[in-house]
Amino acid sequence: MEKRELICIGCPMGCPLTVEMNGTEVASVTGNTCPRGDAYAKKEVTNPTRIVTSTVMVEGGSVDMVSVKTKEDIPKGKIFECVKALKGIKVKAPIHIGDVIVSNVAETGVDIIATKNA
Amino acid sequence: MKTYDIVIIGGGPAGLAAAVSARKSGIESILIVERDKELGGILNQCIHNGFGLHTFKEELTGPEYAARFIEQVKELDIEYKLNTMVMDISHEKVVTIMNRTDGMVEIQAKAVILAMGCRERSRGALNIPGYRPAGIFSAGTAQRLVNMEGYLPGRKVVILGSGDIGLIMARRMTFEGAKVQVVAELMPFSGGLKRNIVQCLDDYDIPLKLSHTVVDIRGKQRVEGVTIAEVDNHGKPIPGTEEDYDCDTLLLSCGLIPENELSNGMGVDMNRVTSGPNVNESLETSIDGVFACGNVLHVHDLVDFVSEEATTAGKNAAKYVKDGEGRAEGGRDIVLNPIEGVRYTVPGTINVDRMDDNLTVRFRVGGVYKNVYVSAYFDDERVIHKKRPVVAPGEMEDIKLTKAKLQEYPDLKTITIKIEEA
Repeated sequence: MEKRELICIGCPMGCPLTVEMNGTEVASVTGNTCPRGDAYAKKEVTNPTRIVTSTVMVEGGSVDMVSVKTKEDIPKGKIFECVKALKGIKVKAPIHIGDVIVSNVAETGVDIIATKNA
Repeated sequence: MKTYDIVIIGGGPAGLAAAVSARKSGIESILIVERDKELGGILNQCIHNGFGLHTFKEELTGPEYAARFIEQVKELDIEYKLNTMVMDISHEKVVTIMNRTDGMVEIQAKAVILAMGCRERSRGALNIPGYRPAGIFSAGTAQRLVNMEGYLPGRKVVILGSGDIGLIMARRMTFEGAKVQVVAELMPFSGGLKRNIVQCLDDYDIPLKLSHTVVDIRGKQRVEGVTIAEVDNHGKPIPGTEEDYDCDTLLLSCGLIPENELSNGMGVDMNRVTSGPNVNESLETSIDGVFACGNVLHVHDLVDFVSEEATTAGKNAAKYVKDGEGRAEGGRDIVLNPIEGVRYTVPGTINVDRMDDNLTVRFRVGGVYKNVYVSAYFDDERVIHKKRPVVAPGEMEDIKLTKAKLQEYPDLKTITIKIEEA
C-alpha cells in the first residue's frame, strides 16, 4: 500500500496527515484532528483544489481595490486561468461582501465574489 | 476633560473584539481610537483565506473576518474615531489624541485597553550590508501596495525571511505575474505556518532555502540583484556558498515587533522576550486598569486567538470599571516560570481569587522539538503532561488551567512550564 505524507491546509493548525493509498483509492487518512483534514487529504491525492483570492479595481468606492475570492475551491490546474480572468476587471461601487464579480470563472462553475464592502 | 469608561487604543482585530466584549459585559461608555481611515487593522490587507475557523467555524478572508466584528461594533453602537493618532497615555490614564477635525484632545479613561498591534522588523534592524537602493520592502508594505493600492512593487523578487506574510506574498506576487525566485531563511526552520509553506511555496515550486541569508544587495538606484549565502550554526555566512540572484525587489519577512511606544511612555512593565507588557491572569499590565491584548502583547499566528484574548481583556476591563475601588485586592499571585525550551508565557502571573474558571496560558518554544511533552509542574508536582508530535517557534502553544484545579493547591507559588523529551 502506498503512503503519502501531507500537511493539512484546512486551517492554520497544519496537521500532519498520512494517507494510505490502495492504487488510486484512498484506504485511510490518519493524523487529522477534524473532519476537514479527512476531506482535504482525500481531495489532495485525487483532485487537489484551492480557494483563490485576489483583488480587482473598484470605481467610486471608499477604497481603490476590492478583495475577491473564488466562492468555492477550484482545481489547482485552473488557478492561473482564474487569476488571468481577473486582470483588468473594474467594478463600480457600491460593492458588498458576497456580490458576484465574475460568474463561472475559467469555466470552473465557481463564481468570484467580493470579500470586502466598497 | 471628556471621560470614557474604557478607551481602546487600536481598531484592529484585538481592539474590535475587546470593544464588543466590554459592551456585552455592560459598559456603555467605550471609545475605540484608530489611526487608519477604516476599522479592521491589518486584516484589511490580508485578503487570503484561512481566518475564522475557530471563531466562526468557517473559512474567511481577512476583510470578511474584520467585517464580522465591525458589524458587531456598529450594531452595538460603540463609538470610534478614525484617522486619529494617540500621542500619549499618562500613568493616570489621560489619553492624548490628535486628528484633523478635533485637533489635540485629552480624554480621561477609567480603563485603557492597549491593542496597537505590531510592526515588521525593518532592514535597519537586520544589518544587511550593501547599497540602499529602491526596491527593498517589508513584506507587509508590499502586501498593502498590491492588495489595497493596486501597485506591483516589482517583477523579479527575492524574499528574505519565511514569516507568514513573506510566504503569503510569494504566492500573491506570483499571481500578479512576478517571478519569485527564492525564499531565504536564516534559521534552520521556517518562522511561518506549515500550511503556508505548502500552499504558497510548494504549490508554485518556489524554493525555500533554510540556514541562508542575504549577504549583499547590488544596485544604486534600484535593486539589481542580491547575494545569498548559507550560514553556520551561529548564523555566520559560510565563505564559498554565495549565490547571486538578479532581481529588482527584495522583500523582508523577518519577524514582527509589538508596537509599544505608548506602553513604554506610560511606564508599563515590559517583558524582554515578547517585547510586550507583562500581564497577569486578567491581561492587566503593571498599571492598574491598563489591559493589553493581541499582537501588542505578544505576536500571534492566528487572528482567532487574538480575538479570544481580546474578548478576555474586554471582559476584565469591564469588570475593573464596574468593581472600581471595591475590587478584591490582595490574594496570592502564582508565578509562571517558562524554562527548558519554553521562551515565555502570557500571562506571567495568576491571581487565583481573580481568575476566571478557565484560563488559557499561551507560549512559544525556542526550537523545533519532535515527539515531546509539554509539561506543567505545580511547584514540584507534574500536573500537566501533554504529548505533542511536533512543536516549533512559528506556532504558538497553549495549556489550559482551571480555577478548580488551582484551588486544590493553596500553597502553590510557581507553575513551571517546560518541554520534556518523550
